[in-house]
Amino acid sequence: MNNGNSGGAAAALTVSNLRVGFGGAEPVIRGVSFTIAPGECLAIVGESGSGKSVTARSLLGLAGANARITADRLELDGQSVLDLTDRAWRARRGKDIGLVMQDALVSLDPLRPIGREIADSLRLHTSLGAAARARRVLELLDAVGLPDPRLQVHKLSGQLSGGERQRALIAAAIALDPPVLIADEPTTALDVTVQAQILMLLEEITRAGTAVLMISHDLAVVSRLAHRVAVMHDGLLVETGSAGQVLHAPRAEQTRRMVAAIPADRPRGTRLSPADAHRRSGTPDGTPLFRTPGTVESTVESAVESAVALEAIGLTQTFRRPDGSRQLAVDNVSFTLHRGTTLGIVGESGSGKTTTARLLLALLPPEHGEVQVFGQPWSAASEKSRRTLRASVGAIYQDALGSFDPRWNVAEILADALGVRHSRRTSHHPARLATLLDEVGLAATTLHRRPLELSGGQRQRVGIARALAGRPKILVCDEPVSSLDVSVQAQVLDLLDDVQREHGLSLVFISHDLGVVQHVSDQIAVMRAGRIVEIGPAASVFAAPQHAYSAQLLAAVPRLPARPPPGRKTPFGEKDPIG
Amino acid sequence: MSDLEVQAELASRPGHAAPTRRFGAAETVAGILALFLVVSAVAPQFLAPGDPLAIDPLSAFQPPNGAHAFGTDESGRDLYTRVVHGTQYSLVIGVAATAIGLGLGVVLGTLAGMLGRVVDFTVNRFLEVLFAFPGLLLALLFIVIFGPGVATATIAVGLSTAPGYARIIRAQLITVRSAAFVEAATALGRSRWQILWRHILPNTLAPLFVLATLGIGQAIVWAATLSYLGLGAEPPTAEWGAMLSAGRTYITSAWWMSFFPGLFIVLTAVTATVLGRSIDRRMRHI
Repeated sequence: MNNGNSGGAAAALTVSNLRVGFGGAEPVIRGVSFTIAPGECLAIVGESGSGKSVTARSLLGLAGANARITADRLELDGQSVLDLTDRAWRARRGKDIGLVMQDALVSLDPLRPIGREIADSLRLHTSLGAAARARRVLELLDAVGLPDPRLQVHKLSGQLSGGERQRALIAAAIALDPPVLIADEPTTALDVTVQAQILMLLEEITRAGTAVLMISHDLAVVSRLAHRVAVMHDGLLVETGSAGQVLHAPRAEQTRRMVAAIPADRPRGTRLSPADAHRRSGTPDGTPLFRTPGTVESTVESAVESAVALEAIGLTQTFRRPDGSRQLAVDNVSFTLHRGTTLGIVGESGSGKTTTARLLLALLPPEHGEVQVFGQPWSAASEKSRRTLRASVGAIYQDALGSFDPRWNVAEILADALGVRHSRRTSHHPARLATLLDEVGLAATTLHRRPLELSGGQRQRVGIARALAGRPKILVCDEPVSSLDVSVQAQVLDLLDDVQREHGLSLVFISHDLGVVQHVSDQIAVMRAGRIVEIGPAASVFAAPQHAYSAQLLAAVPRLPARPPPGRKTPFGEKDPIG
Repeated sequence: MSDLEVQAELASRPGHAAPTRRFGAAETVAGILALFLVVSAVAPQFLAPGDPLAIDPLSAFQPPNGAHAFGTDESGRDLYTRVVHGTQYSLVIGVAATAIGLGLGVVLGTLAGMLGRVVDFTVNRFLEVLFAFPGLLLALLFIVIFGPGVATATIAVGLSTAPGYARIIRAQLITVRSAAFVEAATALGRSRWQILWRHILPNTLAPLFVLATLGIGQAIVWAATLSYLGLGAEPPTAEWGAMLSAGRTYITSAWWMSFFPGLFIVLTAVTATVLGRSIDRRMRHI
């Protein structure tokens, strides 16, 4: 595949002491060095803000106009690309170095057929005629495993599925057989089964002789593909080594923390984050915010109430398609959530998870079926009579930021949830606010901040605090950690585990991430196309999935290899024609 | 950045440390002008102690000089005094007209945005009919029916700006209504009215405040236009549009009679616009 102008065994990409800064500020990348040989895959792993994307962009001359790039060596295919002019870069991009980006939907022009998009680089860099270009595009689409290339070339990016779009993007990137390919989070937006296929495709490209630089936040994903792994933290590579060594015998503190934060295959209750620095013991004024489970009052209550916290009976919901026909979003979903346990609902995008969450929260009346809370009618009750019960069912959302009124600061959000009157002008906050913040491990200084000024993890903590304010007995969490870094995800998962234990909560935990679900759940429901295809105790679903789809989903989950593998052979999921 | 780092960083910043931005030159000038205009409107005697209607035929048609900074008109009235006293009319008409337009817009927009498809359809068609007329024509129509005067001119200008506000409010309402935080409030057990009052209306109207500031400038120009056409304030009144109209007759011999009222119309409109944009920028940056 490599067009052979790399001289012998020389590295395809050599980076030595790369430093990148913006404007007059301190450099963001503070001296990064690595090389990649043809046919090798190096993965740079790091959390958001560690500088991995800036590194990748600097290699393409795309770091931005105000970026100051210095390096001892920056060589692409044996030639220095330091201080290239814009024009010289344009001649190289696509030809000498290809880029695959995360979000294929925004990376492809929505108004042009993908065939034209892929042919662009051929038109700019080769002397091929129109017919030859068209042939080559078909070859490429075939090579990236897009079914029926003749049909697909004329489609717009919006008419393709996520996996198909990513394949088209890869086809465009490899159109000129560049000796180096940079893949920046190439599978982050994809479902697990599709992710497995894309990783397999990238593996084939590597094997064909291309040097691949993969950028990812996910160690498990990287472990499937990379020969070597470099861990980036705060603009520096803190550790570089073979994939096996980095994952199994991490030397750097940051790597150890990242490996420990991976939830898959970690039993329930094990802590994912290091000793929780945020949580302080005791409340500021000693008043307990919540009744602790096990008091006389609550035992009496639980004797009266049933052991079932929440029950869904035959939930069905359809949506109107643009053409007027109706599509089943949730199809006869039934399950029982027992007191104090966690039910994990897992499925790929479009499987009806979020609609189920909205039905459970009674934000949407079900077309058929019913939701009961503690044996009482919930979805069937009127909103007015439900309102008094709403305090006992809390909700945590994936997009914490969007779930807060943008005009409010944290103090106002929490005061509102507590039902306390609170004015922005006073610096005095009710004691209950402080207690609530302490509960979720946030400092009191957070009260004056608006959610927009907080980090993703802090936002989700505020979201959890708000959900806890009404002293709920049930929490419905819809993808609560999906937009967070692994280490922050670990902290939030640990926090949820803590509050569940402290308050005896029952949780519905919805996620696309099987690893996370496995870590938190007692029971697991696997959803596909609106149906629950399998439901059962977490241990048995993971050990011996009964349904073919569950098995396929499980096989596709990226996880760290059990021990350093002899080769790099990892089982990939069955190739799905939907792709 | 990890949570810890962000917290440390936030803790090191004092209080509500929103990045303070300095005022630009245009904003400073607009601020000073606005102060001058407000003082002229509230206490004109303070800036121009004379009587705006006092005639002095002996000193008619005097160009700007030491005694009369802006000159005098055909009856020898001091133009500076008249312009200062005229601020009252223009500002009151501008603010009142915008308030009327905004009030109507809020009512119509809220009806359309909140009360379901039938009301939405009806209000929308009504707004489209209003949009079919240029704003000033609509105002003229209203004055033809109800007769000229300051009050009718104000209402007329307000009416003609209402459809624009209503459209924006409706669109904003529909966006905010389906926002995630509204759903979150429902999940917290808030009633429809609480949600409307505490979340939907404030988030709908906050951006409108800025728009209204911009609208005042436009309303002032329109009100002056109506007076110029003889449909607003009557001639002896010290109103800028009316003064402009009076000066038109003598524009070749006494340019100052139309220049200074005109200058103040422009300055007021520009001031309102600059301040409106400045507020807009600041609100976005919070």
